[in-house]
Amino acid sequence: MARKAAPEINAGSMADIAFLLLIFFLVTTTMDVDTGITRKLPPPVEKPDEDVDVKERNVLKVLLNSRNDLMVDGKRMDISLLKDKTKEFMALHPDNPDYPEVTTRYIEELGRDVPVSKGIISLKNDRGTSYNMYIQVQNELARAFNEMKDEKSMELFGMKYTALLDKDKIKAINKIIPVRVSEAEPEDIGGN
Amino acid sequence: MSRFKAKKTKESPGINTSSLPDIIFMLLFFFMVSTTMREVTVRVKQKMPEATEIQKLERKSLVSFIYIGEPKNSKLYGTNARIQLNDVFANVDDIQEFVAQERQARDEADRKLITTSLKVDGDTKMGIVTDVKQELRKAGAFKINYSTRKKIDKN
Repeated sequence: MARKAAPEINAGSMADIAFLLLIFFLVTTTMDVDTGITRKLPPPVEKPDEDVDVKERNVLKVLLNSRNDLMVDGKRMDISLLKDKTKEFMALHPDNPDYPEVTTRYIEELGRDVPVSKGIISLKNDRGTSYNMYIQVQNELARAFNEMKDEKSMELFGMKYTALLDKDKIKAINKIIPVRVSEAEPEDIGGN
Repeated sequence: MSRFKAKKTKESPGINTSSLPDIIFMLLFFFMVSTTMREVTVRVKQKMPEATEIQKLERKSLVSFIYIGEPKNSKLYGTNARIQLNDVFANVDDIQEFVAQERQARDEADRKLITTSLKVDGDTKMGIVTDVKQELRKAGAFKINYSTRKKIDKN
């Protein structure tokens, strides 16, 4: 007796169905990866009048006015020089009163004391500053800190900061070179 | 002699398409996995500034977006920079509520990790951005990300 063979499913239209789905996903997909500069905002101050006392020599004042001019440390400066100025300011100059103070800090990950600069970058912008310019400045400051981290990492571990995998090493570098960019409380400084 | 010449093989053989569905399925799965659906319609101009020191935003589900820029439809909404939250234009005062809503939508364990991505048009003035940042500070959303494009380094 001949057995009834199960009828085969016609798979000819499978490709069409798959094509349909494919085109749907092709159209709806967005492949942009979100990138940006990550920053941490300070918590709101409880008493606005109370100023944190920071020594003058420890602060590098970076000002941006409404015409996108940059003033660093009381002098007008081109943005291309900002990175080197920041690096120079944050570098360790132990006995020079023109540069920030240097303290030693015990780094657990390394098990010894390491000199750390007490310098702070104070960034202040006007309400009329363009966002483009502001991001350029933020970028230059980030670049200065990243380069310093890379250099420190090369010195201590023989590889770049971005190549470090060990979490303790990353922590140690972040403690030795803290990114200290403070943004002043906004106030209107002329212009719109 | 002529026995072998009987077959005519002049016609080219058809391409075998039986593996076509497999190939298409492969592409389909690729797009299905890599896709992220657009949830909001952006109503403001978005020409991001360029920067070199950028980081990728990880865990997209923990990112909430604030769009700031000049409205695309300037005839209807004017040319002043506006804030867009979700699908609608908003005022600076609405940001605290927006942050609270975004927090409610996430798991309790993840609430601390929420990053606010500021998608700001490059031509915007800093005034409105500063206002937004102040509101974010008040709302306790300290982790922010200035959305930028990658600059192609010429060096």
